[in-house]
Amino acid sequence: MLTATFRRGLAAAMTALAATLAPAATLANDWQLNMPIGVTDISADVYRLHMTILWICIVIGVIVFSAMIYSIFRHRKSLGVEPAKFSHSTKVEVVWTIVPVFILIGMAIPATETLVRMEDTSGSDLTIKVTGYQWLWEYEYLDEDVRFFSRLHRDSDRARQLGSGIDPFSVENYLLEVDNRMVVPVDAKVRLLLTAGDVIHAWWVPDFAVKKDAIPGFINEVWFQANETGVFRGQCAELCGRDHGFMPIVVEVKSQEDYQAWLAAQRGELGDRPVASTNR
Amino acid sequence: MSNTVTQAPAHDDHHEAPKGLVRWLTTTNHKDIGTMYLLFALLMFFVGGAMALIIRLELFQPGLQYVQPEFFNQMTTMHALIMIFGAVMPAFVGLANWMIPLQIGAPDMALPRMNNFSFWILPFAFTLLLSTLFMPGGGPASGWTLYPPLVQQTGDALPFVILAIHLMGISSIMGAINVVVTIMNMRAPGMTLLKMPLFTWTWLITAYLLIAVMPVLAGAVTMLLTDQFFGTTFFHAAGGGDPVMYQHIFWFFGHPEVYIMILPAFGIISEIIPTFARKPLFGYDAMVYATASIAFLSFIVWAHHMFTVGMPLAGQLFFMFATMLIAVPTGVKVFNWTATMWRGAMTFETPMLFAIAFLFLFTIGGFSGLMLSIVPADYQYHDSYFVVAHFHYVLVPGAVFAIMAGVYYWLPKWTGHMYDETLGKIHFWLSVIGVNVTFFPQHFLGLAGMPRRIPDYATQFANFNMMSSIGAFIFGLSQLMFVYIIFKAIRGGAKATAEVWDSPKGLEWTVPSPAPHHTFDEAPQVK
Ligand SMILES: [Cu+2]
Repeated sequence: MLTATFRRGLAAAMTALAATLAPAATLANDWQLNMPIGVTDISADVYRLHMTILWICIVIGVIVFSAMIYSIFRHRKSLGVEPAKFSHSTKVEVVWTIVPVFILIGMAIPATETLVRMEDTSGSDLTIKVTGYQWLWEYEYLDEDVRFFSRLHRDSDRARQLGSGIDPFSVENYLLEVDNRMVVPVDAKVRLLLTAGDVIHAWWVPDFAVKKDAIPGFINEVWFQANETGVFRGQCAELCGRDHGFMPIVVEVKSQEDYQAWLAAQRGELGDRPVASTNR
Repeated sequence: MSNTVTQAPAHDDHHEAPKGLVRWLTTTNHKDIGTMYLLFALLMFFVGGAMALIIRLELFQPGLQYVQPEFFNQMTTMHALIMIFGAVMPAFVGLANWMIPLQIGAPDMALPRMNNFSFWILPFAFTLLLSTLFMPGGGPASGWTLYPPLVQQTGDALPFVILAIHLMGISSIMGAINVVVTIMNMRAPGMTLLKMPLFTWTWLITAYLLIAVMPVLAGAVTMLLTDQFFGTTFFHAAGGGDPVMYQHIFWFFGHPEVYIMILPAFGIISEIIPTFARKPLFGYDAMVYATASIAFLSFIVWAHHMFTVGMPLAGQLFFMFATMLIAVPTGVKVFNWTATMWRGAMTFETPMLFAIAFLFLFTIGGFSGLMLSIVPADYQYHDSYFVVAHFHYVLVPGAVFAIMAGVYYWLPKWTGHMYDETLGKIHFWLSVIGVNVTFFPQHFLGLAGMPRRIPDYATQFANFNMMSSIGAFIFGLSQLMFVYIIFKAIRGGAKATAEVWDSPKGLEWTVPSPAPHHTFDEAPQVK
């Protein structure tokens, strides 16, 4: 199993390294280095903010580290240099106090702008109440009479037991598949009302740039609007006890028609029976 | 001046010096107590390190191979509690005990009996904490932050954990009071505040932080205790309480705590770089003011640890701007250290190597910290491995490397022997490689979507986790060298001179090596 893992790693290294260096990849891949751009306008903005601040850090880092490295190689006793005597310089000290302030202001403006838009949950097309439990999620489509639980898919659950003998690599979407997916329409503003039944959980889907705590006794609001159909995966992000690592989130974004069909099917199956799994 | 003091039992005039165990139990000597703190910290570094290796072993590949998730959660929780309260903080207190009196020309700490007491609380506190692992329900498993309501699901361990935290808090507060009183009252004539060495300065500010926030932590965990056993509902929504209030209180302690673990490190680095660059510290005054501003800012940024709890927009903006501001004084520090090296005449003994590694790697941790301050991006980083990478960069090659640098720097003063320089350098290179192989890939894991505190992960995270685990074992095992080097220097080695290094600045280098049991019985005169 171990050597298999190594071999897989090596193979993946060959094929995927080039691909990961380009910062696209909403698809999971074995050597993903960077944040996904995601499939919402907000997630793209967040990605841009992330890249901007990262590049600012890299530029500052290159300047500072170059100075350090130059100094380490040139200002060493073994080269017979005499140490200088200076111990301060008001001019440079003022400069390197003031300049960062301006860089920070430049950073704060787009960050504030994006945050304001993220916080605006008004004008949503549909509202889903999401409740976290130890260790599953419940999705309730308000005004639609649709409600179901969503928990770790059976295949993953079997494989993840201590000493199960099942190779996780043989399980499709290991730990990132559920029995009942949350389904939403594309291009619709979806508002989530988050809460929890026992301890604090957090609902995180990287492709939507949404992460918000689900807190027992309180309701948090968050929204997203997916621009593409597809299946997007995330996990509970707040330590919630034993099986915190085993309560994934899977959101399927469908076309408006497919979504309506799905809703109708769900309503038809409502009753005491557990809701059948969504088509996958 | 008392640099003429010899190895003089004659100075033990005020008491019959007991021998053996009783000596260590009853000692009020700052050097003995400093040594005990440092050895205790070293022991806890290995206990906490062993837990980290259990974590990394389980995460070596996907699937559960070695431990159950409950036990995994106990390991992450205990690893943090032990490393923070048992290793890093006591190590700094040990260095403070040894070096502050020597740096300010004082004969001892101001409150020697309290000093003894504050140390001897610790072995009991940590025995209690570790014993919870064997209680029904196991040790605490809710993360070191002990968030309710999850923490209320702890088994029998909860009251014992809370008592242990109270004991650590009492110990820290007493240690901090001792530092403040010593520095305020016992400086040698002529040692004005702005002539104090930077290590003493940063500790003075740290001590104030400790006194301010340890009681807050005590309050928070006491509320957990009464919620659990006495029917209060501070943190239960059902009774009108709010679990998020705990997080606010906890991080009001927790953020200054972060600086408690890094400000003394800044002090150590500010001592070492000038010595090996053979050049005075650049911008001494700015360093002091930067430390003070960081300490002040640490009180108004706490909520950046909890941006995802759902705060009002204005609150989030305030905490974002305040957090970004910290980059300014921290930047000043990094620039000043660089300017200290600039046009110096550097040599690269082990303490300097660790100090330079600190400079590079702490700065990387600072950059990721700045990224984390940007709220919209923080929504993606929060509670992911990106955060794990960030705080380990500031704590391991930050705080821990600074402690190691300080130990190598002052070890000849303590033992009278030079440590083995070749072994020291090997230890350095293994540590610096191990640390980066462990923690750098964790940035990628976090950005790719791996949450923290999970015992098992999706298969696309396998490669970087394996890399990280390999690095952790390199780092962990190479620390055995550190122990060997220390004990080798205690037992013998080349004799150290009083100055040890090439004309270092500071009163500690005016007393012989090893520093005699009593120093500065007569206060030195500082020009
Ligand atoms: Cu959860």
